[in-house]
Amino acid sequence: MTETTLATPKASPGTIPGLRGIAADWASDQRAFKHVSWGKAMMWIFLLSDTFIFSCFLLSYMTARMSTTVPWPNPSEVFALNLGGKHIPLILIAIMTFILISSSGTMAMAVNFGYRRDRVKTAALMLATAAFGATFVGMQGFEWTKLIMEGVRPWGNPWGAPQFGACFFMITGFHGTHVTIGVIFLIAVARKVWRGDFDVERRGFFTSRRGYYEIVEIMGLYWHFVDLVWVFIFAFFYLW
Amino acid sequence: MTNAALHVEGQATQHALHAFVHDAVASGATHAKGQQHPIKLYLVVWGWLFVLSTCSYLVDFFGIHGHLRWSLILLFMVLKAGLIVAVFMHMAWERLALAYAILLPPVLVLVFVGIMVFESDYTHLLRVMFFASAS
Repeated sequence: MTETTLATPKASPGTIPGLRGIAADWASDQRAFKHVSWGKAMMWIFLLSDTFIFSCFLLSYMTARMSTTVPWPNPSEVFALNLGGKHIPLILIAIMTFILISSSGTMAMAVNFGYRRDRVKTAALMLATAAFGATFVGMQGFEWTKLIMEGVRPWGNPWGAPQFGACFFMITGFHGTHVTIGVIFLIAVARKVWRGDFDVERRGFFTSRRGYYEIVEIMGLYWHFVDLVWVFIFAFFYLW
Repeated sequence: MTNAALHVEGQATQHALHAFVHDAVASGATHAKGQQHPIKLYLVVWGWLFVLSTCSYLVDFFGIHGHLRWSLILLFMVLKAGLIVAVFMHMAWERLALAYAILLPPVLVLVFVGIMVFESDYTHLLRVMFFASAS
């Protein structure tokens, strides 16, 4: 009796497609996320928790901006630059946006070449991604310096509602930290790819587990998330 | 006699288990090779992200104001976020059990947004009534 049930593993519910598959996967009394490695599933769940952190930051910014009786500083003017004698609004932030999107593009292609086991192209694209990320952090450093020189502090600024500085430093600072950690993470994984760790399945120094090219995709999930958060910050903090 | 039969049955069970585990590992391995999409797809999405970012920048550049500004910003934001999650993060090819587990909870943040809109309206009202005239 038990023999027959065990001998037909093909009947495992992991293959039901569509909406019925959701119920089948969660009710399967096994792992809920079929065909997804634990590393990838855990990265997604970490990103979900990070989503809530950034949601709370943006929500507190919304609350501060909606409840203040003092006019909010106009971000279009605050982040304007004089380039070639012309006054261009928000140009620095626009360039930063394009840089981060480009880094996401190179990262997506790095994942693709990783699964094709193209060691050199994967490592090169990851290093390009890291370079874009470092450029982004550098421009953010320039932006912070400029605003601090103009007298923006977490408790006040020359243009309006004092909460502007607190929101700005908190949100962009936390995002910049994520980018910085991502750059370090990228360089570490790119070094392993370059060395061929994932071709010979060399064991990691800390986990002693065999390495696979999947780590490039997991790393990519984190990096795309950083880009994703910037999409929301750009819309709500800089453009609104 | 019964002992031997049990033994045989146990062996058969173990064999079936092996086959099952092997099957699972094999399907996992094919999946690892499975996220293969043409490079062109990523380049097209990249291009669209550039276009959408330019559009949202132009909203500010041309100084569009009011409801049109806010709806355009939200539209471009949602399109960009959707492209990144669906294609770059491969969510479009994951099973729905994972997609719903990850994508539904953030939607519930909208409830929190609603609560805080009421709360900040109330705070604003109190500030206007009791503090704003003093300054």
